[in-house]
Amino acid sequence: MIKAILIFNNHGKPRMSKFYEHYTEDTEQQIIRETFHLVSKRDENVCNFLEGGLLIGGSENKLIYRHYATLYFVFCVDSSESELGILDLIQVFVETLDKCFENVCELDLIFHLDKVHNILAEMVMGGMVLETNMSEIITQVEAQGKMEKSERLQDVFVEFSHQDLLDFYNQMEMIQTQLTR
Amino acid sequence: MSDVVEKTLSALPGLFDSQTGAARITSRLRQLVKSITELTSKNEEESLIKQELSSMKEQVSSPNTSMMREIMVRAMYCEMLGYDASFTYIHAIKLAQQGGVLEKRVGYLAVSLFLNEGHELLLLLVNTVLKDLQSTNVIEAYMALTVVAQVFPKDMIPAVLPLLEDKLSYPKEIIRRKAVLALYKFYLIAPNQVQHIHAKFRKALCDRDPGVMTSSLHIYLQLITESPDDYKDLTGSFVTILKQVVGGKLPVDFNYHNVPAPWLQIQLLRILSLLGKEDRSTSELMYEVLDESLRRAEMNHNITYAILYECVKAIYTIHPKAELLEKAARCIGNFVLSPKINLRYLGLKALTYVVQHDAKLALQHQMTIIECLDHTDFTIKRETLELLFRITNAQNVTVIVEKMLDFLHGCSDEHTIIHLVGKVAELAEKFAPDNSWFIQTMNDVFSTGGDLLQQDVPNNFLRLLAEGSESKEEDDQLRLYAVNSYLTVLKGDASHLPQRFLQVMSWVLGEYAHLQESVDQREVIRLLTQLLDQRSVSSETRVWILSALTKISEGQTDLILDLAESLSSSQDTVLRQQAQELRQLSQDSQLYEWVLPRGAPWDSMEVDSSLSFLDGFVSEALAAGAAPYKPPHQRQEELCEDRALNLEPYSFSLPVSLSSCSITDRQSPTLLSVSSGLSGNSTELSQKAGSSTLILEGVKRVWGRDGYLRQNETTAPPVDEPSAAVQPSGQQEAAERLEPQPEPSTQNQDKLQLASSLFVGLGAGSSMSLLGKSEAPPPRFRKKPRPHESSSSSSSGTSERSSDSSSRSSHSTTDSFLYGSLLEEEPATSISAFSHTPKSSTANGLAQNKDTKEDRRANTSQILGGDMVIVRPNTFQDKHPSLVSSDLTALLPADLKDLPHSDVISLTSDPSLSLSSCRLFRDEALLLVILISNCTETVIKDVAVQLTCEELETASLRGNVMNCLEGNSTSVCHYALLMDEPHTNVSFTGTVSYQTQPGHTNTLSFSGTLSAADFIRPLVVSTEEYGKLWLSLSHDVKQNLKLLTDASDPLRTTLNALKDALQLHVVDIIGSEGIVACRLLSGAPCLLHCRVNGAALAMWLRSPHPALPDCILYHCQRALAQH
Repeated sequence: MIKAILIFNNHGKPRMSKFYEHYTEDTEQQIIRETFHLVSKRDENVCNFLEGGLLIGGSENKLIYRHYATLYFVFCVDSSESELGILDLIQVFVETLDKCFENVCELDLIFHLDKVHNILAEMVMGGMVLETNMSEIITQVEAQGKMEKSERLQDVFVEFSHQDLLDFYNQMEMIQTQLTR
Repeated sequence: MSDVVEKTLSALPGLFDSQTGAARITSRLRQLVKSITELTSKNEEESLIKQELSSMKEQVSSPNTSMMREIMVRAMYCEMLGYDASFTYIHAIKLAQQGGVLEKRVGYLAVSLFLNEGHELLLLLVNTVLKDLQSTNVIEAYMALTVVAQVFPKDMIPAVLPLLEDKLSYPKEIIRRKAVLALYKFYLIAPNQVQHIHAKFRKALCDRDPGVMTSSLHIYLQLITESPDDYKDLTGSFVTILKQVVGGKLPVDFNYHNVPAPWLQIQLLRILSLLGKEDRSTSELMYEVLDESLRRAEMNHNITYAILYECVKAIYTIHPKAELLEKAARCIGNFVLSPKINLRYLGLKALTYVVQHDAKLALQHQMTIIECLDHTDFTIKRETLELLFRITNAQNVTVIVEKMLDFLHGCSDEHTIIHLVGKVAELAEKFAPDNSWFIQTMNDVFSTGGDLLQQDVPNNFLRLLAEGSESKEEDDQLRLYAVNSYLTVLKGDASHLPQRFLQVMSWVLGEYAHLQESVDQREVIRLLTQLLDQRSVSSETRVWILSALTKISEGQTDLILDLAESLSSSQDTVLRQQAQELRQLSQDSQLYEWVLPRGAPWDSMEVDSSLSFLDGFVSEALAAGAAPYKPPHQRQEELCEDRALNLEPYSFSLPVSLSSCSITDRQSPTLLSVSSGLSGNSTELSQKAGSSTLILEGVKRVWGRDGYLRQNETTAPPVDEPSAAVQPSGQQEAAERLEPQPEPSTQNQDKLQLASSLFVGLGAGSSMSLLGKSEAPPPRFRKKPRPHESSSSSSSGTSERSSDSSSRSSHSTTDSFLYGSLLEEEPATSISAFSHTPKSSTANGLAQNKDTKEDRRANTSQILGGDMVIVRPNTFQDKHPSLVSSDLTALLPADLKDLPHSDVISLTSDPSLSLSSCRLFRDEALLLVILISNCTETVIKDVAVQLTCEELETASLRGNVMNCLEGNSTSVCHYALLMDEPHTNVSFTGTVSYQTQPGHTNTLSFSGTLSAADFIRPLVVSTEEYGKLWLSLSHDVKQNLKLLTDASDPLRTTLNALKDALQLHVVDIIGSEGIVACRLLSGAPCLLHCRVNGAALAMWLRSPHPALPDCILYHCQRALAQH
């Protein structure tokens, strides 16, 4: 099971955090800080796995992380997950973000926190891996994006009453006749 | 009018660009983020967020749902940064309840981020979720499912469960998938509630959509981890699925980097390895597909390595097959030698796992392992040490422990320190070559581990010192060494030492300082008093020090009085009290003698934990109208009963709570009616509970007290190195021979040196015992020497000396070594042997020992001259020409035939051998008889039985090694077992190894369960004796049991039923009360007092052993329920 997914930048600023187990607010912050501390001091040429850390590393949990430019993606998992499998899952996650945001960068994550969470929800549900196929994830996200659009259209048109529309068309007609003349 | 146009135009861009819509919403957020990033200090951030939060608070009070979404996202951001935005929680729920689809989505997202499973606000969400699950809009149902799998109150599961079950047959596959995962989540948090839908899980496994099937594997992985035996029938299905996946039968959509559904493969391999563990027939089903996966996974991408790794693990977990093992070993080689650091890490992990089965593999890679030891990567280093820990033996322990301590000194991660320090302590205890090394290492452990150390490390160490081993002289030497070493430490600067270390030192000095006669006791007192004055010493440690001072204060009245004086004004009341006691003791030498007798054996101290001397006081108080004492848990329970709401539906929760309560929460009045009403159910459940414990304990024991127990004799081809046997020097050469390096450069010389010291003695048990006889001593320290252990170690020593090692075949050495160190061995080749050697089965000192020795010698000679075995007449077969399994009891040796015995149960079988067991109830032990039948026509040779059970003690055994077993004959071996600590059920595992053809060894493993009832014997006492005994016993338990009411005399019938089931002794029956007595073999007694109380039997059990009453009560309940 996946226990937590954390994204933070090179300075340790959290960009997204999702916990699949309950911790108190303070503990969550402490976990983020500690994980950053552990991960950030590792060189580029060492392995992507990390055991230890008192909070999240107790028992059999381990950290699996990847470093992309300015961001660290860290998954904390228990022993029932395959290390290399998760490593590739991170890759799928990032590629999906890249597709959805078209060249994803740190700012995208900040300004579209809800969207990032929605994408993640398509991949991992309650700590279990739900979908690993990128195109399938994107289809689902886009299906909901479409829904978003269609709802916004409804919003737009509802605001016009019949009388308004009538007036609008009349006005348009007037303008057209003036132009053709 | 114009404003309408304006509105339209401003709305239009939002229609074309999906992102700007979001941008519009997040304009406030953008502002917030921007201002946060411009800040320089944490303080400024804090004040800014506070401002933001208060403005949000204002905004939420003016209801405007379009603003609401933006506010939620801002609140998420603030929460992520660690600020409390709890006032938005209720609005998140409102948004999910009332909003349109979009608002709902944000609302649900916010809820799943903000709230946890126990949060009270979640109850408000239940209705919304129910409504959305029933909604015709797929998106709404979809979102509701997501939130259900994320956070859902445990108590409300029954409400939502039927809806989720419906969703399992929903036409859209993504909904089915989510429903499966949501049910899995429920299984994790409340397994009882989804008991009844296991059939639906099976349907999900057979779903036409591979995605749904994949999700169901999560559930099966969990279920099979818990109880592999219940799902063996699915092995075929899993194998078929894996075959199809590996064969590329899935749609191309499931491919990832051209690998077909890699995550699915990983999951399946894990499931298969769990199913095939220690199960030969199941394992055979999967050999082919494992081979196929190994072959198909070409080394080209990260993810294929993931599959390979799982494959290798599976191959080493299931019943071994030589061909696959070879391939897997090659695969591990590829991992370990890979330049990619991630793969190397996994290679080390795989080695760590595999080394338990095949230690030789570590030898092949020793140079790589040594490189990894010096690697810059912390994780790699740690994993390497883990691997070294597994291969530690008496010869390489010093080097490995040194490496571990080196690592520890440079390590700052607390978790790692705790973990590793524990391992160092374990190794030191197990393999210490001498006293000084042991004490030095433990000093290092205590000072490095500091106060993070787990409490059991110092506890174990102190117990080891206190209990000692067989020889008092050796113990005293060790203690003396410890005392000297600590005196030296204390003479230096002690201010930086961890508290735990100081506590250990003060205890040891207090107990054993008198052993060191050359040092003045006054000096010791001075050193300890000095410690008391140091400010860094905690008050807990001061108590330890003061206790130590009390112990050595005898005759030093002047010093002690000063000390007591100075401490009597201490702030700490405990210290003050102790100082007072110290003063009293030092003034009254008679009292001192009585309280602290010098040199009294450590475990002879008797403590009356029952406080029976207060019985009079209690009865007086009771007579005066005081309320009877209730234990805390009972008071708690009664309180809870008044308050708690039962939110679980009755039909499911009742039997479950019964099974969980019956042992722990006795005396609850509601239970009474339940147990009588549901008797049928409860037996079923208790059996279920029994089966689940069985699996837990059935785990193969690979690491024992003496280190690694070599079990897979068959997998490792016997290592015969005749040349090595002749060469006397050994280690260095052996290591070099195993690592063929043609020209080791000077730079590598160091590493080679290290390798030879690290991997010494690893090759195989046989070469070790042949080469370095003197370097392989039995483990020095044993925590609690048991009689059979001591005799076995001494006898194995003699046998080694007496036999000519060079002329022995290496195989036989290994065998006798193995059995010699595990159990007392008494080889008897056939049943005829029993009839003329009537020996007592219990271990009793010298006579037994001598017998063993003789038998062993005979055994060796039998192996040497095979002819002797063949001519041995098999009298047994003449007597019983045809064998039917039903009358196997007739085969019992004559001296055992009259004993009461159980039915014969078949344990296991394979084409050549079939095994069954029978329990014989002897007064002083339980005899577990194992009947080994040869089902073939041919002779089976070298049959050896090995039985392990951690909870039981083997007093003696017979007939576990046979040179040959004629065709169609049966042999018997029996174990006398004792139960020291009561356990309701214990499981045993064992293996039989045999040879059908020379040089080809087969193994057959078996397992079974014994119940505590097997170890209970009647205790014959008179009523008066019973009365006396009753008062002296401390631990009591009360419980209402079912009364068998269908007979004319219910009490007598019930007691007789119990007597039949449990071998109790009914002492007396007076009116509506009955007294019954029994004991645990020759050990602790247990007295039962039964009184008819309406339709129930009020039972009161007393025993000196805390766990025994529980145990007996459990079996009584079962017996009555089954009646």
